[in-house]
Amino acid sequence: MSWWHRLASPTRFMSYSAWVLPIAGWLAAGCIGVGLALGLFASPADYQQGETVRIMYVHVPAAWMALFCYSAMAASSAGYLIWKQPLAELATRATAPVGACFTAIALVSGSLWGQPMWGTWWVWDARLTSALVLFFLYLGYMALAEAFDDPTRGGKAASILALVGFVNVPIVKFSVDWWNTLHQPASVVKLDGPAIDPAMLVPLLLMAAGFTFYAVAVVILRLRAMVLERKIQALQRQLAEAR
Amino acid sequence: MTDGFFAMGGYAAYVWPAFGVTAVVLAALLLTSRRRLKASEALLRDLESARPRRREVNP
Amino acid sequence: MKRKHRRFLALLGSMTLLGLAAALILGAFEDNLLFFYTPTQLAEKGPPGARFRLGGLVEEGSVAKDANGLTVRFRVTDLTNVVPVVYTGVLPDLFREGQGVVVEGEIDGAGLFAAAAVLAKHDENYMPKDVAEALKASGEWRGEEAE
Repeated sequence: MSWWHRLASPTRFMSYSAWVLPIAGWLAAGCIGVGLALGLFASPADYQQGETVRIMYVHVPAAWMALFCYSAMAASSAGYLIWKQPLAELATRATAPVGACFTAIALVSGSLWGQPMWGTWWVWDARLTSALVLFFLYLGYMALAEAFDDPTRGGKAASILALVGFVNVPIVKFSVDWWNTLHQPASVVKLDGPAIDPAMLVPLLLMAAGFTFYAVAVVILRLRAMVLERKIQALQRQLAEAR
Repeated sequence: MTDGFFAMGGYAAYVWPAFGVTAVVLAALLLTSRRRLKASEALLRDLESARPRRREVNP
Repeated sequence: MKRKHRRFLALLGSMTLLGLAAALILGAFEDNLLFFYTPTQLAEKGPPGARFRLGGLVEEGSVAKDANGLTVRFRVTDLTNVVPVVYTGVLPDLFREGQGVVVEGEIDGAGLFAAAAVLAKHDENYMPKDVAEALKASGEWRGEEAE
């Protein structure tokens, strides 16, 4: 009975997420659809890399999302640890698999891009290694969050891990500037403007927007499921006590 | 034309798997997340319809 | 309210310490985190071990194939120092003069680098072919090949 009072904001979440979800879903489908059409058909091949440059339209947005999802998890973990907001802890759990999937996509598509262009599937340079560490941090978070029988204890330990792992995010981002790497430096986010032709930048940014809306939609789906699951657990406890 | 498009300038073996992996991973994540929500919605409906009857049995 | 405040400060403090620790550790391992040595680093510090990686640009006009058609000789430059390289094997598609390259292998007493592997490195510029040609024609080119 008391759990629903404590989860006052989940009720509000359930009402606003019900109308955010379809909007995010349709925006994701639209952006990814147009982005793919432009990226695959309308955008030119690169002057050096030829057609392989099209891998960029999934690789780069996925890598951005990998960092974005982890940053969001660190923020919601801080929110949980400081303000004891239960929905924040659930949000961290809901985001982790989304970030892990994007990291996996970035690693695999990067490998498929590296083999024809660099001449290798994988190297242990600072960028690739720190991206792999990011993937393991996602897996570690998910394992730890599920490892405890008591979900509050699991949530607390996993939130601390999510925060500790956040030091890796700037390392992934700036590894290409801080050290010699095989991976080239950033093309879009740089001081003197993007080093990327507009015909390639537009589909890239559309795909990035589409991936962001996709992430929002999937996190809402998972978060709604988790709120309902907590409610189910409470109801089942009630039923067991009434028996 | 289509021949050239699917050949991807000789890099088809790298470009298409990159897009394929992305599509498969994102679709799988979306479907499993949706299934989980639908399952919990159905279970909650069952539980909520079970509760009033129980109250009638033992008041 | 006060406890929330304390938790916030504790979190802020521990994250700062963690960041500091990470920065110190990464600073200490600086040399191990370098994926390759540039020719200038090689000239100043000497080779980091028997087998190491050397990175730079393939010097314009330096690529020559031996008569057997498999062995390639070229020079790697960072525009200050130059190291001659010899390599036998398949080159990556992006390997070309004026482009970035990372070679892995050993250097002999005469300063010749025998590469066992050649990786191409590309820069962060992406543009269609006609734009690249137009930039070169107009003298606006800022890429590696102009140097």
